[in-house]
Amino acid sequence: MDSGKNFLVGIYEDEDVLISAVKKIRANGVKIHEVFTPYPVHGLDEALGYKRTRLPIAAFMFGFLGTALALLIQSYMMATDWPMIIGGKNYASVTYVPVTFELTVLLSALGMVGTFLVVSNMKPWGKARIFDERSTDNKHVMAIDLDENKASTEVITNILNENGASEVKPKQFDD
Amino acid sequence: MQVVSSVRDPLITGKKTYHDVTHDICSRVEEKPSRLWMVAMAVSLGALALGGYALIVTLWEGIGMWGLNKTVGWAWDITNFVWWIGIGHAGTLISAILLLFRQKWRMSINRAAEAMTIFAVICAAVFPVMHMGRPWLGAYWALPLPNTFGSLWINFHSPLLWDVFAISTYFTVSLVFWYLGMIPDFATIRDRAKGVSKIIYGALSFGWDGAAKTWARYESVSLILAGLATPLVLSVHTIVSMDFATSVVPGWHTTIFPPYFVAGAIFSGFAMVMTLMLVTRKVYKLEDYITIKHIELMNTIIMVTGSIVGVAYITELFMAWYSGVEYEQYAFLNRTSGPYWWAYATMMTCNVVSPQLFWFKKIRTSIAASFILSIVVNIGMWFERFVIIVTSLHRDYLPSSWAMFHPTLYDIGTYLFTFGFFFTAFFLFAKFFPVINIAEIKTILKSDSEKTPAAETVVQNVKQ
Repeated sequence: MDSGKNFLVGIYEDEDVLISAVKKIRANGVKIHEVFTPYPVHGLDEALGYKRTRLPIAAFMFGFLGTALALLIQSYMMATDWPMIIGGKNYASVTYVPVTFELTVLLSALGMVGTFLVVSNMKPWGKARIFDERSTDNKHVMAIDLDENKASTEVITNILNENGASEVKPKQFDD
Repeated sequence: MQVVSSVRDPLITGKKTYHDVTHDICSRVEEKPSRLWMVAMAVSLGALALGGYALIVTLWEGIGMWGLNKTVGWAWDITNFVWWIGIGHAGTLISAILLLFRQKWRMSINRAAEAMTIFAVICAAVFPVMHMGRPWLGAYWALPLPNTFGSLWINFHSPLLWDVFAISTYFTVSLVFWYLGMIPDFATIRDRAKGVSKIIYGALSFGWDGAAKTWARYESVSLILAGLATPLVLSVHTIVSMDFATSVVPGWHTTIFPPYFVAGAIFSGFAMVMTLMLVTRKVYKLEDYITIKHIELMNTIIMVTGSIVGVAYITELFMAWYSGVEYEQYAFLNRTSGPYWWAYATMMTCNVVSPQLFWFKKIRTSIAASFILSIVVNIGMWFERFVIIVTSLHRDYLPSSWAMFHPTLYDIGTYLFTFGFFFTAFFLFAKFFPVINIAEIKTILKSDSEKTPAAETVVQNVKQ
């Protein structure tokens, strides 16, 4: 992910200007490394051509695991290992429903969030690569990896300026 | 561009820019604590210490320190447990159910309400854990652990065990939801901070970068978490109500309990959110974010859920009469006119009569009235649980076993401990964490706020 070192950073003030800029810049054949925004901008991921996330599938799988685990635990403990009739209820009973539901939700939620943190490379000691500190405040920051683009810096700067960037500047990383 | 009817009142007032939003919320975290905060913190720490003493004595001597007797074996402890759990429900309702319904006004209050949920659930857990008498053995009674008692597993047919699973799941999922929501805001604070706080908030922010890809995933995760939390929040109080409803005690054995408890939980939870938000709003000068509109909407929910609770009370009385079961009839006759009639009257006045005042626009948009009524509602909801629990138990099957419940200082002390904990935790949260969801507020700034300079430039751009 942290491949490039030489970037061009374009600052945008407004989300609607940003989305139309992303579309036009990509149409011009410029590859955008990533856009950093202070809040979720709807439609930005489509404009950047990102695929839909598959996290819902992870959530379903973990949820299914929770259901299976809960049913297994309950039937093993209540009906196999130490079978006992309590309150006239059968070994396989509707009373298994609440715990099964809770474990489904628990594993689904924890599994999905865990997957999210792993795929997004987020951890307590994680360090973000910050292109511009205002990207968590009030500016939308577009990063363009100069090594990945054939066009010259001047050409890309012009394209960014033409499409509403309020500021364009180079940014280099040493790591 | 999203367009919202100009007829609607703006949700954010004061012509805020994006930077203003960041600054307004973050500067509360960055400032030195105010004297008012110090005083409030000292009072709640005092309550925590005093209550902590009562708690330790109860642990050391046993729950004989409480006023329980052979007939009334459950009283303040489970009353407080259900009360706190109920309060917790509003947080998840606001952040999950209102998210699914796309209610944007939730964004100003969801963070604090979720924090309230988490602290309230911890307070609730104190009571069943203490009631175990020897909580250090509690893990064997509550969790499916292998043991040497002859492989006698915990009983999955019991609603008390469902409660263990429901509440621990609820706590964990709420905590994850709350924390995940704060990650982008921690990053905002990190990027403004210097020195030690940069390191601390940097660690709390998990290396958040705000990339479009991350935001897309994040939004998807939030939506699914909301989808999971919605049935979860309804299940929790349903299961709590089953602790009573699946028993055969007259006054408890009713099928109306699950929806009745859930409505009551939302009712009391919103009242507590109201109490806390009115104070936070005043102390932190957040009038532009938590407007009269927000207060009015919350009061409307209090009124609706209060009316549902009222209908439930009346249905209970009707069903007792209509069932023709004399034990059931006696239980309700005793509730309304027996020795605990005053508790029943308090419950009826606070929960059924008082929220009806919100039909008047003047009252539901008045800050003083909202504050007073929010406290009245929570007093009423405490009495509701007390009435259900104690009046159903104190007239046992044999008149020779009839008894009354008298709380001891240690009952009061344990309750005080949870108050101390709740407010200490809430004040710490309000000082060191962003009390309003900065990133989410920014998403509605353009469509639902008083016109900002940024919005005007967009109009110009669109014209060009």
